[in-house]
Amino acid sequence: MTDSTRIVIIGASSAIAEHCARQWAGQAGHESLQFVLLGRDQNRLNAIAGDLSVRNPAATSQILCADFSRAEAIAKTVADIVAGGTPDIVLIAHGTLPDQQLCQQDLTLAADAMQINGLSPVLFAEAFAGHMQAVNTGTIAIIGSVAGDRGRKSNYVYGAAKGLVSRYAQGLQHRLAGSNVKVVLIKPGPTDTPMTAHLKQDGASLASVESVAATIVRGVSKGSPVVYAPGKWWLIMMIIRHLPRFVFNKMDI
Amino acid sequence: MFMKIASWGRLAEHPHEVVPLADHRTLVQSIQHGLPGISYGMGRSYGDVCLNPAGTLWQTRRMNRFISFDQGTGILSCEAGVTLKEIQDCLVPRGWMLPVTPGTQLITVGGAIANDVHGKNHHVMGTFGEHVTSFRIARTDGSTLDCNRDHHADLFKATIGGLGLTGVISTAQIRLRRIDSPWLLTDTVPFTSLDDFFSLADRSETDWEHTVSWIDCLTGPQTRGIFLRANHTSEAELTEKQLTAPGTRTPSALNMPVTPPLSLVNKLSLRPFNAAYYHMNARKAGISAAHYQSFFYPLDKIQHWNRMYGRRGFFQYQCVVPRKTARPAIADMLAAIAAAGDGSFLAVLKTFAERPAAGLLSFPLAGATLALDFPNKGARTERLFARLDDIVTQAGGRLYAAKDARMPAQMFAEGYASGLQEFSAFRDPGISSAMSRRLLGS
Ligand SMILES: Cc1cc2nc3c(=O)[nH]c(=O)nc-3n(C[C@H](O)[C@H](O)[C@H](O)COP(=O)(O)OP(=O)(O)OC[C@H]3O[C@@H](n4cnc5c(N)ncnc54)[C@H](O)[C@@H]3O)c2cc1C
Ligand SMILES: NC(=O)c1ccc[n+]([C@@H]2O[C@H](COP(=O)([O-])OP(=O)(O)OC[C@H]3O[C@@H](n4cnc5c(N)ncnc54)[C@H](OP(=O)(O)O)[C@@H]3O)[C@@H](O)[C@H]2O)c1
Repeated sequence: MTDSTRIVIIGASSAIAEHCARQWAGQAGHESLQFVLLGRDQNRLNAIAGDLSVRNPAATSQILCADFSRAEAIAKTVADIVAGGTPDIVLIAHGTLPDQQLCQQDLTLAADAMQINGLSPVLFAEAFAGHMQAVNTGTIAIIGSVAGDRGRKSNYVYGAAKGLVSRYAQGLQHRLAGSNVKVVLIKPGPTDTPMTAHLKQDGASLASVESVAATIVRGVSKGSPVVYAPGKWWLIMMIIRHLPRFVFNKMDI
Repeated sequence: MFMKIASWGRLAEHPHEVVPLADHRTLVQSIQHGLPGISYGMGRSYGDVCLNPAGTLWQTRRMNRFISFDQGTGILSCEAGVTLKEIQDCLVPRGWMLPVTPGTQLITVGGAIANDVHGKNHHVMGTFGEHVTSFRIARTDGSTLDCNRDHHADLFKATIGGLGLTGVISTAQIRLRRIDSPWLLTDTVPFTSLDDFFSLADRSETDWEHTVSWIDCLTGPQTRGIFLRANHTSEAELTEKQLTAPGTRTPSALNMPVTPPLSLVNKLSLRPFNAAYYHMNARKAGISAAHYQSFFYPLDKIQHWNRMYGRRGFFQYQCVVPRKTARPAIADMLAAIAAAGDGSFLAVLKTFAERPAAGLLSFPLAGATLALDFPNKGARTERLFARLDDIVTQAGGRLYAAKDARMPAQMFAEGYASGLQEFSAFRDPGISSAMSRRLLGS
């Protein structure tokens, strides 16, 4: 990382994003480190900013609350952020895990889930891409999910939205291939965060948020096009994607 | 969310209604339902102090944010679910360390306060609670109180060592100490009798900040052991040779990947282990350098080492006996253990100094503390403990709640008589643990 680094985190109160920020703050050697923390709950963001400034006294944070759903609002938020300085890293992290059954019964819920997990993150990415392409620098990291790799009955609403993120990132990567702007698509497996708290009682095995964040931070610094976190999910998802339909359809997943 | 939860001794794994506490601001709302509940930090306590089978467990680990750090005074403010390791990983490189840490740094600030934990430097720094300047506590009646030595001083004192029973600590302020480097200068001294141990301990108190000893508990009255003493040092004071000696750096992480059906700690393994450990260390006698992590927290490198005792889990028995009776009482206990043929890898003997206690129920007393691990062998282990209890009670000593899963209520009442009556007024009626029901009746 360079002497002065500006890191923008969209959905900065996400546990995964917060742990990425902690690791960035902990990396030695920045002359100045500036975070832009975007979320919807000022108190939460303040607490995170306070924590980061203990971890790294050279770190400052700008806190922004914004509307994550309307396209015009997203465009305006991103324009404001970029006007304050070109980001070195943008991490787009917000999301929510809806109840699939409820989405099937209530289309409004399904629409909201698609909106916040799919449309909203890609619009943020699109907005940053334009600015960053113009200055020809920086990394856009966007959190998708292993759930986006193949639709399955237990969470295809969420999975479809994450699939949208995957395809979008792929397109952006194609568009920016000749440039210095990197697009990193992150696909976490099940991770121990507030989002998955309810899965724990079923004995789900969840990766620690620290280890997932470490994999993401490494992937972002390398500019890897696709980062599975933990890395083993690359193999697991490759197998799942290639299972013949007659086998897959018999699986209760 | 119902989940099976055990503590470090893995004696039982009961379902609990687990409620993760997200952050200190919203904590007080989260603890007014499903009562009674108990706080759970890292579950590094060995017994039932942090358990509440079939009831509510407030998991504090997500409250893990720093709030501020004053580089001038060394005062850290943080949420109670921050671990001592997170604090030291962040601040040791900046020249600050926690003045008191136990034999593991994988515990939370809340847990360190609630058990008023001690380290190897009790005669210099006392207990963890002595370095806590203030904290905020939430109670199940919806109140939130800021406590320090002037303000709500009585609740402050009841909460330090208060076994989690006075409320849920949300944030705390702790005064750190300056260090010149992460290094310690250590001196390893083999000894071959209890008298040697006590005279070494006495002689070391003035010149050495950290003292502890490992003993071979299978040799009966002819106790042999290794006395370890250390001081903080600067890198400049260490020679190149000391810094690069094998074993000086922290070893890489190990793991106990599965729980064997039976304890790996048994008669066959114990005797050769203890003999080998003694001779290996006796050979290292003398001065060397150690990194603070390998000196203070050697077991943190072995993930899940507690699984080595098998599916039935294990007990730790830790007592303190007053100075006057310490020598004969420790000898009697070692004789009883040797006679029972049970023993432990980790027999730790150390002295505590005379200091005013930070909390009403703080464990340390001026005297000697002995800590031993025993695989759970049911009635047989219980018989040995009953014998040890007699010796401790007669000597005017007591057991450490952080390690306990089985002491009789009477023994607790006698051992902690001095603070117990005052303590009961500060209990939060919405809080109860398996231990509090066992020892305090509610
Ligand atoms: C390898 C090892 C070595 C050890 N060495 C030592 C040693 O040298 N000296 C020593 O003193 N201890 C030692 N211990 C014991 C350990 O330090 C204590 O049991 C400590 O309290 C564990 O902290 P925890 O965060 O795991 O808390 P838990 O075990 O989860 O809980 C401990 C108590 O703290 C309460 N509590 C937790 N958080 C809060 C909160 N936010 N507010 C109010 N109450 C709370 C719980 O209700 C419970 O009563 C050792 C343990 C291990 C495993
Ligand atoms: N945890 C996993 O197992 C897992 C697996 C694969 C992918 N992921 C993805 O990883 C990312 C981070 O998740 P996490 O596990 O860190 O979960 P988390 O801690 O629950 O964070 C979710 C984040 O999304 C924000 N958010 C939710 N709904 C929102 C809305 N309508 N408008 C604005 N912000 C909203 C939350 O903001 P508030 O704090 O304001 O609520 C929070 O910042 C998400 O994209 C998630 O889909 C997670």
